[in-house]
Amino acid sequence: MLKCSLDKINLIFAEISKTAKLYLPVDDIDKSAVYKKWEVGMNWSDALNTVRSPKDFFFPQMENLMEFKTEGKNIEVIDTRSETEDFVIFGVRACDVKSFEILDRVFLAEPVDSYYASRREKGIIVSTACSKPAETCFCKTFGISPEEPLGDVSTWKTENEIFFKANTKKGEALLEKIKAFTEDCDKSAVNEQKEKICRVTSKLPLKDLTTDAFGGGKTENFFDNPAWDELSQACLGCGTCTFVCPTCQCYDIKDFNTGNGVIRFRCWDSCMYSDFTKMAHGNNRLTQKERFRQRFMHKLVYYPENNEGVFSCVGCGRCLAKCPISMNIVKVMKKIGGSDK
Amino acid sequence: MQKITQNQLIDKAVSLLENGSVSAVLGWHKGEFGYDVTPAVFKTKEDLKENFVYSDFCGVNFSKYLVSKTDRFDGKILVFLKPCDTYSFNQLLTEHRFDREKVYAVGIPCEGMADISKIKNITGEGISEIKEDGQNLLVTTIYEDKPVSVPVNDVLLERCVNCKSKKHVAYDELLGEEGDVIDSQRFDEVAKIEAMTPDERFEFWQNELSRCIRCNACRDACPACTCEKCVFDNPSSGVENKAPANSFEEKMFHIIRAYHVAGRCTDCGECSRVCPQNIPLHLLNRKFIKDMNEFYGEYQAGEDVGSRAPLVDYTQDDLEPGEVFDRRDTDA
Amino acid sequence: MNNREETLIPQIGVITDVRIDTPDIKTFRVVTLDGKKAFDHRPGQCAMLSVPGVGEAMFSITSSPTNEEYMEFSIKKCGCVTDWLHQAEVGQQITIRGPYGKPFPVDDVFAGKNLLFIAGGVGLAPLRSVINYCRHYRDRYGDIDIVYGSRSKDDLLDYQEIIDEWSNDAGVKVHLTIDNPQDGWDGHVGFVPSYVKELGFDTNKTAVLCGPPIMIKFTLEGLCEIGFDKTQIYTTLELRMKCGVGKCGRCNVGAKYVCKDGPVFRCDELDELPDEY
Repeated sequence: MLKCSLDKINLIFAEISKTAKLYLPVDDIDKSAVYKKWEVGMNWSDALNTVRSPKDFFFPQMENLMEFKTEGKNIEVIDTRSETEDFVIFGVRACDVKSFEILDRVFLAEPVDSYYASRREKGIIVSTACSKPAETCFCKTFGISPEEPLGDVSTWKTENEIFFKANTKKGEALLEKIKAFTEDCDKSAVNEQKEKICRVTSKLPLKDLTTDAFGGGKTENFFDNPAWDELSQACLGCGTCTFVCPTCQCYDIKDFNTGNGVIRFRCWDSCMYSDFTKMAHGNNRLTQKERFRQRFMHKLVYYPENNEGVFSCVGCGRCLAKCPISMNIVKVMKKIGGSDK
Repeated sequence: MQKITQNQLIDKAVSLLENGSVSAVLGWHKGEFGYDVTPAVFKTKEDLKENFVYSDFCGVNFSKYLVSKTDRFDGKILVFLKPCDTYSFNQLLTEHRFDREKVYAVGIPCEGMADISKIKNITGEGISEIKEDGQNLLVTTIYEDKPVSVPVNDVLLERCVNCKSKKHVAYDELLGEEGDVIDSQRFDEVAKIEAMTPDERFEFWQNELSRCIRCNACRDACPACTCEKCVFDNPSSGVENKAPANSFEEKMFHIIRAYHVAGRCTDCGECSRVCPQNIPLHLLNRKFIKDMNEFYGEYQAGEDVGSRAPLVDYTQDDLEPGEVFDRRDTDA
Repeated sequence: MNNREETLIPQIGVITDVRIDTPDIKTFRVVTLDGKKAFDHRPGQCAMLSVPGVGEAMFSITSSPTNEEYMEFSIKKCGCVTDWLHQAEVGQQITIRGPYGKPFPVDDVFAGKNLLFIAGGVGLAPLRSVINYCRHYRDRYGDIDIVYGSRSKDDLLDYQEIIDEWSNDAGVKVHLTIDNPQDGWDGHVGFVPSYVKELGFDTNKTAVLCGPPIMIKFTLEGLCEIGFDKTQIYTTLELRMKCGVGKCGRCNVGAKYVCKDGPVFRCDELDELPDEY
């Protein structure tokens, strides 16, 4: 365990930035937090978490996959992939760290998505324990410990100090780099901080929410539940929940004609959108109820069915905070899982 | 002004349901934390008594829901409309977007709705309870033993800070007292942006719009955006896209949208309220309203049903396009 | 430069032949730039074809794996990509990637069985691959019955191949039908589901269905009425796809992805899935 005074944190950021791009949550113009590349003069945000999840680092909202040149009847495929450089994401919360594992199970399954994989290999994750969770937090429901965040390096922030613990080889190498700014210490201060966090999480309004009712193989239990009508009736069909969600990973592939060739790009898609499953000859999800149901069945039943019981939600609470009509996975779990009332 | 209470609304809804005047009620369903209310259709007295809520967090403008919900029920649907919602209501009627005969509109007075993010700026996260206490909200968090008292007037939604009218322009029945159209300061912010140099203005919008995640919440919540098929959802339009492909494109999305709703936008403010990135989108629409007022005389979309908006009407006194161009140097 | 394998990056395919099958279906023969087959596949598998700038879409591979020279795709004109392909001439390059999906169990479950193929319209396209595979290895299978129907005689896909080759094979019976009477047609008239019931097959067969959803629904009901069990019946599904490898998230029916867990499903497996396809 290493520690350093918070006064020196910007020196650490400067040191890391010498050899890798460093991204961390900073305050945005609307007082929310956003991940930005650290530059001298930037301060680590005190906000609990960013509006956009850090999935962007591995699975960006938009990325070019390849290019084509066409001439007459001929086509040339141009592989535009480049190798990613090392980068560090600092200040990732426990829920978001867990989300990377959920994305891995999709993108790193055979056939491996090389775009994602190369970023994942080069990215170093420095997590931070949550000392002040919000009412919308329910990561514990999914077995995540906000007091013990994972990642390559875990950190704990107290009033004046920050504590570091390496969890992987990559993490050890990173801590080696900033050694000059830190000193060895025992675990007592961190243990105290962990206890403090647990005392807080035991008071969270959603602390009793469970996944007991859900899991793989339970499609029949929920698919025809009449409550989907009521739950989805006000859904606007926007993509806010899916776009702020750290685990939503559906994507679209589209071609963009530049006038000088064609760029094939990938962008986030949303199962909430009316054209998500639309084909030339029909659509198997015609109403918002079916699209809405898909999103939650995927997170609570289909994904766990294909992934050893792991749910595709980390309880980060972003959808609770951002849905324009305040409909979200917690309300769905309570209603169709039977714990409502 | 006497504040309308949740029980008054429930009583009204129950009586209209029970005497058969309406078959469903469009209202607000209680949430998990006191502030996260969801629009819902209520069909029984029991459901209303248990779940209907009316509080300082009922900002949702129901007018747009009438487009999809009126077709779903045999009888009339009861809708509660705040003064600003009634403008959208009229505008949608002008555009023949729902059947007036299928709606029973009850006007309710409004003193402004609260913005939870402004409350959190004061109290911090971890809200466990919010209680109304006269003109204040008593906010309890898991971090403090005592609730913090927050005056509602300090945490109003932007659109309520710049409320344009406490007067209902449409209803079948009015609960409480009628208010007046307000001489609001809503164009001040637009004037501030107009006063910027073109470079400053470009930077302002660049900063704001580059934060857009293209979730389409603004469009999907907007009562003026009721096209059956949006051009941005049409693969053959050439502009269909789900993500900002480059920094130019997200500007185009918002600017095209602003053009499309110009003259029809009632300045209800839903776009900015729902934006997950807190982009002040209403300022784009408000700029159009301000320009139209200056070029063609005062006009408020939705003030009545059926009137022709300046942009779709021709009079011989209309400004020549050249004059608009000439004003460029003096105005903005 | 990133040297990892990437399934999303396609290879170039060259259209070497275009056959006009029906007023709205053409069959395209595709090879790689060096004139070879793009990749090996199994009957029932699919490939992603694309026209850069227009889009990419999933098509079943119509030719049999036993054809080692080229692949064929029978494509109905019904959307952006297919419209474009229908304008394409011989020599046009496209892109191709695959193979995707689970094939029909031709080497285990089907082995030694009597087979009943039932197709409607362009639904013959994915079955042609299996039919020709089974014809190639004729001695591995029992009797083969093929029921195929379309709107009119002109809408029957692979008509010449059916008449010249399939009908002449020993142990292969072809039953054609068209929806409405037509001059020059002395075969059966009527819809596929009722024709299947009329023919009244023995239930000692494994059936494979493909066609429009409404045809599948009624044919399945008909087969069950004459005593077939759903475990004897296979079909193939089609939903919107982008990646082809179970990642883009749109072609799922319940927890199954049509692109990787399908497109071939046994009908009793489909009963386990929610009704959303």
